[in-house]
Amino acid sequence: MKFGVIVFPGSNCDRDVAMVTRDLLEQPTRMVWHEERDLSDLDVVIVPGGFSYGDYLRCGAIARFSPAMQATLDHAQRGGMVLGICNGFQVLTEAGLLPGALVRNRDLNFICDRPTLRVERTDFPWTQGYSRNAVITLPIAHGEGCYYADADTLKSLEDQQQVVFRYCTPEGELADAANPNGSLNHIAGICNRQGNVLGMMPHPERASDAMLGNTDGLALFEGLLNAVQAVA
Amino acid sequence: MNPPLLTTFQAKIYVTLRPSVLDPAGTAVRSGLEHMGYDNVDQVRIGKYVELSLSAESEAAAAEQLDRMCDQLLANPVIENYRFEISATH
Repeated sequence: MKFGVIVFPGSNCDRDVAMVTRDLLEQPTRMVWHEERDLSDLDVVIVPGGFSYGDYLRCGAIARFSPAMQATLDHAQRGGMVLGICNGFQVLTEAGLLPGALVRNRDLNFICDRPTLRVERTDFPWTQGYSRNAVITLPIAHGEGCYYADADTLKSLEDQQQVVFRYCTPEGELADAANPNGSLNHIAGICNRQGNVLGMMPHPERASDAMLGNTDGLALFEGLLNAVQAVA
Repeated sequence: MNPPLLTTFQAKIYVTLRPSVLDPAGTAVRSGLEHMGYDNVDQVRIGKYVELSLSAESEAAAAEQLDRMCDQLLANPVIENYRFEISATH
């Protein structure tokens, strides 16, 4: 299984992701410079966190037009797996691969924290390693992570069960106090209808190596690996 | 054959948050104004202002291009509205 990690000017979580896929999962992983156009050798494309192109204009707005993102659109259309983390999630919404937008946090501050999340779907390759309604802890670090979509889009997301992660209390309850950034419906991560494109504000790659004290994110990468190997 | 005659246009583009999107920064500024004594300010909404110059065959052609620029990059239609003014520069 081959991973590709897109590197934009301003990406800063690209090597953290490669550390997980290459060193922990021992899978071939290639760094994809934003000017590359051919991703046909990849099974999974990961759009990492950071501040692509300085996040000028809006987060992820300019990254969307890079050749590597155009190739990522093709990859997704062919059914290839695409994971956007933090800034990567913002890029995927700007690119139209996922609905909605990420706007300024409710309380205006940049949040660096370890919130608890409820895993809403466990039938996706991404989340099959988690038990149903599992509550996990993953780091977040963002200034614009408040998920917004208009009422119709939000309803459609819920009807199609596209919400994959929600911010919750340690007991797994939804509460405004446990929603760090004001995201509508406590949304921390969503997928497209087909399930092959996942975007999330929390950082699973920062919670995969036991040396860092938390491995709640590793199951996401492992589940993905098992799913793709099962198909192959 | 002569190349088409191009005119340079100046565009002023206003990008504003859609009314349904909360603007916490606007709310914070409103509270700042209140601290200054302006307790008559009901609402503050913060947007973006972009100036650009472009050359086009006609004002209509320039407007058509600007529409596409705004839809695809300068504004995000999910959260923002936009409008622009065009004037020919001499």
